[in-house]
Amino acid sequence: MLTKADPRGVLEGDFFLDGDHAACEGALAAGCRFVAGYPITPSTEVVERIAARFPTVGGRFIQMEDEIASSIAILGAVWAGRKAMTVTSGPGFSLMMEHIGLAAITETPCVFINVQRGGPSTGLPTLPAQADMMQVRWGSHGDYEIIALCPYSPQECFDLTIQAFNLSEQYRVPVFLMMDECVGHMTEKVTIPPADQIEIYPRRLTQKKPGEFLLFQAGKDLVPEMVRAGEGYKIHITGLTHDERGYPAMTPPMQASLVRRIVDKIQLNEPAIRCVEESDIEDAEVVVISYGITSRVAERALEMARADGIKVGNLRLVVVWPFPSERVQQIAEKIKGFVMPELNLGQVVHELTSSVEGRCAVRSVLHAGGTVHDPQEIYEAIVEVAR
Amino acid sequence: MADQSFKPKTTKKPAFRGKVQINPEQCKGCGFCVEFCPKKVLKLSSEFNSKGHHPPVVIDSSSCAGCNLCGLFCPDFAIYGWREQEKDK
Amino acid sequence: MNDPLACEISQEAEVLNPTLDFIRRDRMPHIWCPGCGIGTTVNCFVEGLKQSNANLDKTVIVSGIGCTGRVAGYVNMDSFHTTHGRAIPFATGLKLGNPDLNVIVYSGDGDLFSIGGNHFIHAARRNIDVLVICINNFNYAMTGGQVAATTPTGAIATTTPYGSMEQPFNTCHLAESCGAVFVARWTAYHVRQLVRTMKDALNRRGFRYIEIITPCPTLYSRRNKLGTALDAMKYYKEHSKTRNGVDPRTADMEYQGEIIVGKFIDRSDRPIIPDIIDERLSEALGPRYVQPESE
Repeated sequence: MLTKADPRGVLEGDFFLDGDHAACEGALAAGCRFVAGYPITPSTEVVERIAARFPTVGGRFIQMEDEIASSIAILGAVWAGRKAMTVTSGPGFSLMMEHIGLAAITETPCVFINVQRGGPSTGLPTLPAQADMMQVRWGSHGDYEIIALCPYSPQECFDLTIQAFNLSEQYRVPVFLMMDECVGHMTEKVTIPPADQIEIYPRRLTQKKPGEFLLFQAGKDLVPEMVRAGEGYKIHITGLTHDERGYPAMTPPMQASLVRRIVDKIQLNEPAIRCVEESDIEDAEVVVISYGITSRVAERALEMARADGIKVGNLRLVVVWPFPSERVQQIAEKIKGFVMPELNLGQVVHELTSSVEGRCAVRSVLHAGGTVHDPQEIYEAIVEVAR
Repeated sequence: MADQSFKPKTTKKPAFRGKVQINPEQCKGCGFCVEFCPKKVLKLSSEFNSKGHHPPVVIDSSSCAGCNLCGLFCPDFAIYGWREQEKDK
Repeated sequence: MNDPLACEISQEAEVLNPTLDFIRRDRMPHIWCPGCGIGTTVNCFVEGLKQSNANLDKTVIVSGIGCTGRVAGYVNMDSFHTTHGRAIPFATGLKLGNPDLNVIVYSGDGDLFSIGGNHFIHAARRNIDVLVICINNFNYAMTGGQVAATTPTGAIATTTPYGSMEQPFNTCHLAESCGAVFVARWTAYHVRQLVRTMKDALNRRGFRYIEIITPCPTLYSRRNKLGTALDAMKYYKEHSKTRNGVDPRTADMEYQGEIIVGKFIDRSDRPIIPDIIDERLSEALGPRYVQPESE
């Protein structure tokens, strides 16, 4: 099933790169060959590098007139047969919401990068936040599910972009790389391995012939096969609620079956999609749960707490959506409480709280954004829960 | 000597005739085909289809030129015309 | 009275109309009103497509939302029913993703020029190789007949119950001024000219635009007491003036006024996206330039 990366897109070697640049290289390594974007701080460097690099690897970049156009141009390119991505930050992300819903219901595999910045509205264009986490999950209207990953280093900006593309192809779903300004503009060592060490999940193009193939008929994993325009399949894609042929079928039973399936597609496959990094959970009394740049800061707080003798474990969410409720519940049975620092005024912590269902305490460490947490705040929360 | 170029004039029958096919159930009685047929071959029937519309009927088949203007005008793909080769007698 | 020798009245649900080869028969009958001109334009489009050199497997239709937006769902080709106003950027992605595709946007006046206006002007500016067919019925029909950017001044619509107070776009002028290389306007009455223009446009490249004034008997005509669809078609017949090659800025349409129709612009002197990309990048990068693989 898996293939290797196209070596033309792999800039093999060790580099000193910031997260934005690393994400660009990740997309190239993943086989992305179409990007439509619009400049917005702090994400612009991603597309600037793409504009320079793409012509040397067989890709096409276009700066569209706005984010609305960018977010649908990539869907067109996917149906033309390319792996496609767009890149933005908060205000642009808000403009993309309608097309995120379109991607979800048409089951178009694609990747969106959001380099989060302070909000709401114009906010803090050059400073970090993690305040779009609920928006990525619920931002478009209607019921649907997506996958969202949070890198905590420039290296992960490279690695997780590849993982995002792989997940999007595997589940025929839009996937989001939720970076933030800090990790995007932070320069660190990034190792890009040789192409034959990079695993790629290829587009699930059907082997069936035109006439035999139904574009929205799902397999056992609830994911239908894919196809591309121009090959005689005479496909029809619509944002209207549709049947297995793709034809509009605006009835309650069809709504129940289609929307239920696209939600189940992610929810029921959560264990396979889950990606968390755990340490010291076994005998922990308190567990710090975090994602993205905040996990880097939390590491310092964990050191401080362990130096005090507190048995504190670390649960870093690499995939934030779908939220790993099952794993969290297993841990919640055995600990006094979770400490959840987020660079927002409380977003993913609501999901944590509802997953925990009162089995243990939940203590959030909030921050309106603009810079990262002071480890001291997180440390103090750990101490409080440990008591 | 007879003039070889002299041929008595005869009225030449056309090598084709126009034919029209109508699907009355598809018709919505808009009247475009009736109005814009250059030979006035059609008129709206006094009969109804099952949706309550009056489909067209041919009133003068000999005038039909098979030009398919009716087919081009019809928004419901309910009529089309064509030229059929006359069979040799 | 029927003449049984000349006319076969088919009692079957399907008729042997060759246009139906291009239509998804399993989705007939369509939802358009009696007398709606959209179906008429589809006939002309299908005929023009047949007469052109287009590769039908590579022909894709993209539409937005609205009555005309439903065209995508009825034609038997790869078709995309996208979001309101955004058919053109989707088409841009399709075309850049696979330049071998023959991409056609088939959408309505509200979709293309109100919500979609920004995308229209940029696609024309870029001269992206896409054909845009606009069915202009002077209102937002699907949602009940609201005012659109093309509604003539003074016309009644549900959101302008006292008459529209704004000037509409002359969409041909807009297209030309933004750089469209092929601009034409006809009405749904001009079926033969439409076939010819569709065929011509399909055999050209670059950003091509065809506007088709079409009856909307249920809403625009009814609210303005303009009679039936047939009355609208007769009005087009009597009040249209063919002026091929004129400057489209002279072809404004006033409420129930004269309609200037014709093929206004047909030029080939602008660089075309995506053709120009390969050229320019080869120039800039030499051997380092890698052309995207054909999929």
